[in-house]
Amino acid sequence: MLKTGRATAAGVTMSEAPETFSGNRALMLDEALIFEVGTRETTGVDLPDVPDVRMRLGGTERNKPIDLPGLAEPEVVRHFTRLSRMNYAIDMGVFPLGSCTMKHNPRLNEKVARLPGFADIHPLQPVGTVQGAIELIDTLAFWLKTLCGMPEVAMSPKAGAHGELCGMLAIRAAHEAKGDARKRVLVPESAHGTNPATAAFCGYDVDSIPATPQGRVDLAALKAKLGPDVAGVMITNPNTCGLFESELKDISDAVHAAGGYVYCDGANFNAIVGKVRPGDLGVDAMHINLHKTFSTPHGGGGPGSGPVVFSAALAPYAPLPFVRKGDEGYELVEEEQVAAGSHKGSFGRMVAFHGQMGMFVRALSYMMSHGADGLRQVAEDAVLNANYVLRQLEDDMTAPFAESGPCMHEALFSDEWLDGTGITTLDIAKAMIDEGYHPMTMYFPLVVHGAMLVEPTETESKANLDAFIDTMRALARAAKAGEVERFHEAPFYAPLRRLDETAAARKPKLTWSEPEVAKAAE
Amino acid sequence: MLSAIGAADIDTLFADVPESVRLDGPVRELPPHASEMAVERDLGRMARKNLTASDAPFFLGCGAYKHHVPASVDHLIQRGEFLTSYTPYQPEIAQGTLQYLFEFQTQVARLTGMDVANASMYDGSTACVEAIFMARRITRRKRALISGGVHPHYVSVAKTLTHFTDDVLDVHTPVLRPGAPGDDLDALIAAIDEDTSCVVVQNPNLFGHVADLGALASACHEKGALLIAVVTEIVSLGAVRSPGEMGADIVVGEGQSIGGGLNFGGPYLGLFACNQKHIRQIPGRLCGETVDASGKRGFVLTLSTREQHIRREKATSNICTNSGLMALAFTIHMSLLGEAGIRKLAALNHARACQVADRLGALPGVTVLNDTFFNEFTIRLDREARPVIRHLADKGVLGGVALGRLYADDGDIENCVTLAVTETVTDSDIDALVAAYEGALSC
Repeated sequence: MLKTGRATAAGVTMSEAPETFSGNRALMLDEALIFEVGTRETTGVDLPDVPDVRMRLGGTERNKPIDLPGLAEPEVVRHFTRLSRMNYAIDMGVFPLGSCTMKHNPRLNEKVARLPGFADIHPLQPVGTVQGAIELIDTLAFWLKTLCGMPEVAMSPKAGAHGELCGMLAIRAAHEAKGDARKRVLVPESAHGTNPATAAFCGYDVDSIPATPQGRVDLAALKAKLGPDVAGVMITNPNTCGLFESELKDISDAVHAAGGYVYCDGANFNAIVGKVRPGDLGVDAMHINLHKTFSTPHGGGGPGSGPVVFSAALAPYAPLPFVRKGDEGYELVEEEQVAAGSHKGSFGRMVAFHGQMGMFVRALSYMMSHGADGLRQVAEDAVLNANYVLRQLEDDMTAPFAESGPCMHEALFSDEWLDGTGITTLDIAKAMIDEGYHPMTMYFPLVVHGAMLVEPTETESKANLDAFIDTMRALARAAKAGEVERFHEAPFYAPLRRLDETAAARKPKLTWSEPEVAKAAE
Repeated sequence: MLSAIGAADIDTLFADVPESVRLDGPVRELPPHASEMAVERDLGRMARKNLTASDAPFFLGCGAYKHHVPASVDHLIQRGEFLTSYTPYQPEIAQGTLQYLFEFQTQVARLTGMDVANASMYDGSTACVEAIFMARRITRRKRALISGGVHPHYVSVAKTLTHFTDDVLDVHTPVLRPGAPGDDLDALIAAIDEDTSCVVVQNPNLFGHVADLGALASACHEKGALLIAVVTEIVSLGAVRSPGEMGADIVVGEGQSIGGGLNFGGPYLGLFACNQKHIRQIPGRLCGETVDASGKRGFVLTLSTREQHIRREKATSNICTNSGLMALAFTIHMSLLGEAGIRKLAALNHARACQVADRLGALPGVTVLNDTFFNEFTIRLDREARPVIRHLADKGVLGGVALGRLYADDGDIENCVTLAVTETVTDSDIDALVAAYEGALSC
């Protein structure tokens, strides 16, 4: 030891380090729940005095406490800052979560979304006072329609699955308008779970279409299932195996010939934006996740935004409200116009008000920043990165569709390479956490055993990808070398070890309550 | 990188896209990339064309409210660890999100007077229709009664979605009864029968009227139906008894008032609360408490066997996303307010609304329809309201929502305006409002 008490050499390893008295570990701080630290009397806001008036609550006044804790501002700032540090995020590192398109969220988007002219306007203000806001929606709509090569777009759906619902409701409305009630919707096995859930919600029977050994929709099998009772198909393109459905135009032609419509799940649009237009592939409806392709933040699980583009065939059935350019500027077409007789075909309203304005501003900011040329490069770079990962890792892991040609935006691996190791896809995911990466998507798509779906996005540099690849290779070799504990016990270094999800579901505790011991002591 | 892949050029990677549809260059109809400066300038130009709520005496409500949001809320939700994280499917590295969701669920449950709440939904209107579906699953009945005081957009959303299922909606039209505009609770009670799955009632209702739902709840329960209470102004629960205390079985609401801005209608925050016995029928995400391998308390998403990514076509809902960041803003704002803050905020809103109602009610040509209300009430003018509201806007006053905007084809309602008054309204705003109405109605 030096005289100052500093160790002269690093010798103490983690496992020998003493437990701290506080339970904290330097920057890693345990954080209580607000209910354990706040009080009913404390408040962090400063409100003016309440004027003395004759109250008009008509006997509905609260007569019991709500029992909500309050905290002073510094405590609130610390609480949520500490919580934030227990999260992994794109801002911290590579987030290769397949099918989720975790790309960088440019901060310009955040800045412009907070302009008072967008953030501080009410949805029911007279339209004459919000012309700029409607102009923004119309401009974004133009970009989306142009990029997709489709004539109409519904802006109001609140998220991807909500967009799917919008598209399928338009299909149902179109069939109903023809007096042609159809019962079945064809959905590939590899589809996102939202697809069959949406089709079932719309009252359809879901009929599964098998994939070819090359990982694409089996066109012959699909054609065999077509018939007068098929309302349409739901196809993801690029699909969830990371492959472009090269026969989509043929699929669309066959479906149209049978009187059905083609719904395309646009979750993976990032791989093809600016390279090919879904309208040219015969698609009738497609949702676009603004929080994927167009960089609006995922926010820990929303808010999303899922506008839906429509072909001319489905356009008359699009939901309310929509924007129209009139003689005196922009108008919003709402219920009253429909009641007056125009736009009778619309299947109605999906949400209160007009959609996710805050997300619209962010998405348009991203689009304008990238432009037609930049968006095309986004797709190219995303596909380049995914192929690089696929080819660098295919020798150490199993890539079931490696022979099917280049992948699009994501590289799919199965767990075949783990056979006999006693290590699972979940174990690999948890070991990646220790290595400082967010795990890839696991066990999806269902068509591949123990799937690992890696989507690097265009955000990552070659240096980032090389470091990620080196780590994945090292993990693969350790797994094959039988270093079982490294995987079964992982994560070691996360704020928490593996969580007991079975216990959570068996006896659900969804809200905080005073511990029984404390109650008894009162 | 291309050589490592074994591709000659980028286009080789797109070989699976048929050449006939592959674009040969940037989409021609769209402009090229622009600098940060240029984008800011263009979007700023659009933003400045709008009259913002803070730049005018502002009195709009009807499902979206202007409240003061403390500065720390927006600062904290912009931390990258919250903003740029994903749905917490890997709980070991998502405890930040999971813990605030658990806190959020607890705050919402207490505020609404229910046992549990979910981790949020898209908005109030979508939460409302999901509650109707949930009531059908629980009661195995298909007829839902919707009260006349429910927000017309919420009713429209329910109509749209139930049109494609086999649910039957019995929508009552609003009554403009002096003193208690909106619902006709007696007619609702009379309409409940053995086929009724639920009664949907909003409190305070669209017209601002606030009522005790106790008798309605008892009538529902007598017939085996559920009472769904809708709360679009969640601040009201700081002053008004919760729907849970009044006997509601499911409470849905719009949480935008706490932590959220107006944002021209979105993103907002759907609230969904119910009692413990129904938790396996709740739509959307749920966060639950558990322990980790070393015995430490932690949180996970739970009961996911209800959800689409496991159950596929048998899921309780097709919903995938919640409104995470808005739920975070709510949790932060509510933690700052606490019991004392939310009670005072609510009292302040109510007192301000009483002052404005008294001032407007004294004007010739104006009748205040409500005897009881929280921070929102409805007036009837001696003429059609929409031109008056537009005239006020021309004078720089955002003087309420003309109900003709929300209800098509109804003669009586066209003369009505609903006004919301929150803590953000100043004395001079009130003077400007009264003067503007006086001017508009004197010509």
